[in-house]
Amino acid sequence: MIRLNVNGKPGDIDVAKDTPLLWALRDVLNMTGTKFGCGAGLCGACTIQIDGQPTRSCITPVSAAVGKRVTTIEAIGATPAGKKVQAAWLALNVPQCGYCQSGQIMSASALLAANAKPSDADIDSAMAGNICRCGTYPRIRAAIKKAAGVPETEA
Amino acid sequence: MNRRHFLTATSAIGGGVLLGFGLPTRGEIRDTLTSDAPFAPNAFLRIDRAGKVTFVMPMIEMGQGTYTSLPMLIAEELEVDVDKVAIEHSPPDDKVYANPLIGAQLTGGSTAIRGTYVPLRQAGATARVMLVTAAAQRWNVDPSTCRAQNGVVVHAPSGRKLGYGALVDAAAKLPVPEKVALKEPADFKLIGTPHRRLDTTGKVNGSAKFGIDTRLPGMKFAVVAASPTFGGRLVSVDEAKAKAVSGVSQVVRLDDAVAIVANHTWSAKQGLAAAAPQWDAGPNAKLSTVDIVAQLARASEKPGAVARHDGDAAAAIAGAARKVDAIYEQPFLAHAAMEPMNCTVHMTKESCDIWVGTQIPGMTQAAVMELTGLTRAQVRIHNHLLGGGFGRRLEYDGTVRAVQIARQVRGPVQVIWTREEDIQHDMYRPYYYDRLSAGVDAQGKAVAWSHRITGSSIVARYFPPWLKDGVDPDAVEASANQPYGISNIHVDWVAQEPPSGITTSWWRGVGATRGTFAVESFVDELAANAKQDPLAYRVALLDKNTRAKAVLQLAAAQSGWGKPLPAGQGRGIALCIGFGSFIAQVVQVSVDKDGTVNPTYVWCVVDCGVQVNPDTIRAQMESGIVFGLSAALHGQITIKDGRVEQTNFGDYRVLRINETPRIRVDLVKNLEAPGGIGEPGTSCVMPALTNAIFAATAKRIRKLPVGEQARTEA
Repeated sequence: MIRLNVNGKPGDIDVAKDTPLLWALRDVLNMTGTKFGCGAGLCGACTIQIDGQPTRSCITPVSAAVGKRVTTIEAIGATPAGKKVQAAWLALNVPQCGYCQSGQIMSASALLAANAKPSDADIDSAMAGNICRCGTYPRIRAAIKKAAGVPETEA
Repeated sequence: MNRRHFLTATSAIGGGVLLGFGLPTRGEIRDTLTSDAPFAPNAFLRIDRAGKVTFVMPMIEMGQGTYTSLPMLIAEELEVDVDKVAIEHSPPDDKVYANPLIGAQLTGGSTAIRGTYVPLRQAGATARVMLVTAAAQRWNVDPSTCRAQNGVVVHAPSGRKLGYGALVDAAAKLPVPEKVALKEPADFKLIGTPHRRLDTTGKVNGSAKFGIDTRLPGMKFAVVAASPTFGGRLVSVDEAKAKAVSGVSQVVRLDDAVAIVANHTWSAKQGLAAAAPQWDAGPNAKLSTVDIVAQLARASEKPGAVARHDGDAAAAIAGAARKVDAIYEQPFLAHAAMEPMNCTVHMTKESCDIWVGTQIPGMTQAAVMELTGLTRAQVRIHNHLLGGGFGRRLEYDGTVRAVQIARQVRGPVQVIWTREEDIQHDMYRPYYYDRLSAGVDAQGKAVAWSHRITGSSIVARYFPPWLKDGVDPDAVEASANQPYGISNIHVDWVAQEPPSGITTSWWRGVGATRGTFAVESFVDELAANAKQDPLAYRVALLDKNTRAKAVLQLAAAQSGWGKPLPAGQGRGIALCIGFGSFIAQVVQVSVDKDGTVNPTYVWCVVDCGVQVNPDTIRAQMESGIVFGLSAALHGQITIKDGRVEQTNFGDYRVLRINETPRIRVDLVKNLEAPGGIGEPGTSCVMPALTNAIFAATAKRIRKLPVGEQARTEA
């Protein structure tokens, strides 16, 4: 048994301790908001936060989360940064297919929680690990700025 | 059936009105699919006694915004709040939910708005007229004194009001009006305004359900591995070792694949590693991309089926002042949608339930019926939002594979492709080999154009009736109908399939993406050969094509075309006419000394006729540009020793946010027929990029991807 604290709720799950958090969340806890994209930490679709740090759940064993706070897309709206990010995402119609957006929002929320006024370079470095095949990057950038209250520069 | 549309109105189960309406369909294809069937209504609008409007979507949402723009068409004429229209995925039915431009239940080809712009408005208007008539009868007044607004019928003289919900039972009993007037575009309140997407709330809080999010009581998880070589066979698996992994319950052997079934995906993955499947590599064990390209090159030396023949190109080239030749090559591509392939199946003796995201529910159902012998009623497809389509989910191979596995498993099972499996067992965008020649006069003006296209026919496999006089219209798209005014044009096509086991399929922008790259690269070469400005050279050849000229000139103006740039930078332009839309793009690149190409800006101008949701048009251009740049810069599937070399996003690179250029999209406003917007953004950007690289470096990229070709030799 592994004791996890997911979105403020402690609970035990019966998986091997090397099981990636991604599959524990999706297949055991049926929390499907966190997405499988590559299984190798290359695409960011599975991004969650552990103690506020954006983390690729597909390569993070459940044992690494013991004693820590795991936050997923299902609860990020309860954080001040997450709430702002979700609102900006809706206002700018960021999602297209939407599959990668859980991970994008988890990375963006972690960025804003740590850095209230990110520069373009800050956005690049915080978000470069999150792939979007629909190419919503220009809107992701604009939405992060909107959430941060940073003016958008014209193309 | 000549009537443009056909409507029925019936009482809905539980009360309310159910309006069924037929979308006009491309006759020849419809006949092939449904020759014995009467014309049937093929989209449904339901209004219940609470006034709630539900629209059963004939198309599926895969990011392109169709779950917003199609309800906008209905709401505009029905006079309801589009934000309150409930949307349901349609069940499988190739007749009832046929795409008007395709003839089957298919989302693709940038057809949704083109196919439904008029009929969905007619449906909305018809329902509105019936509701108004019902209200007028109730009040015993002339219907012309009543109007509908925001889900309510109002009798203006008396101020009486009735909500749609109170009128639906009466409306359902009325005859369907033969003809209803549609709004004039000047009266549109919704169409043409940027409206927020209706599908985003669940996409920002994790509650949106994709096929892979299916969860059923007792569901198992299976990870599949197919033969790593094309056409190989499974020889053995170590079942004992696989089952020794905690959670693994079953090993499913197929001729050319194995699946490990477990209580979660990680166990299944561990089980697969332990099973260490052994394969007979089969007939393609030594195959490599080089062999396939050599076959294409040889095939392209012989004449093909003629797609266009104006004047006498061969004679005009022979007699021209100069001849310009070029060969372009475009690689196999994977789709790499963010949602890896997956399908959940619950198979019993009497039924097969399937949870999947698909662009073709009806064809998928038919394939499962054939595989299992079950009846249409027994095969139930539960469609989902698609975590990206790009053409990959226009195929049912994943569902067939999942059913092959599930028929050996008790209870529901979710079959998942790892990313590596998804990339190595895709149905690839075909490799194309284009041979172009032009004769030019002393001033460099093109007097003759010859284009031979060699490659695989997706149409011949997917839907042979679309072949016309031996020519695959997709294979020659944007090539046979290239827009430049040249007196002598010859375009032919040579069908050359890759070795069996490699299946080619649709990829965003389909034929227009391949054709536009060849044509727009070559016309750029002709301009360079003539020492003329690439924009001016194109415009001179587009004499009568005012829409094409206008988008080119506007894109150029936005980009500062002609203004000098520092060394190592350049601008390239391209035109794409496709899917009923006109698009021009200018890409600006900066090329580093080590050959790294950085696209810094893209200016995109779109004339897609009537705009339904301008924000969606912009979004699709941004999307298509990023998708096309990813492929043009990095995308290729290569084969060595019979297997795909690429495995995951590390070696199948796609653009990331830090590599994405600034994108500016301008829309041309007019009232031309609406054009498609999902695909042409991708088609246009590839040659605009390589033309920009030429402007920056004088290096002409004739073979995609760009990769390291822009490196200047030391």
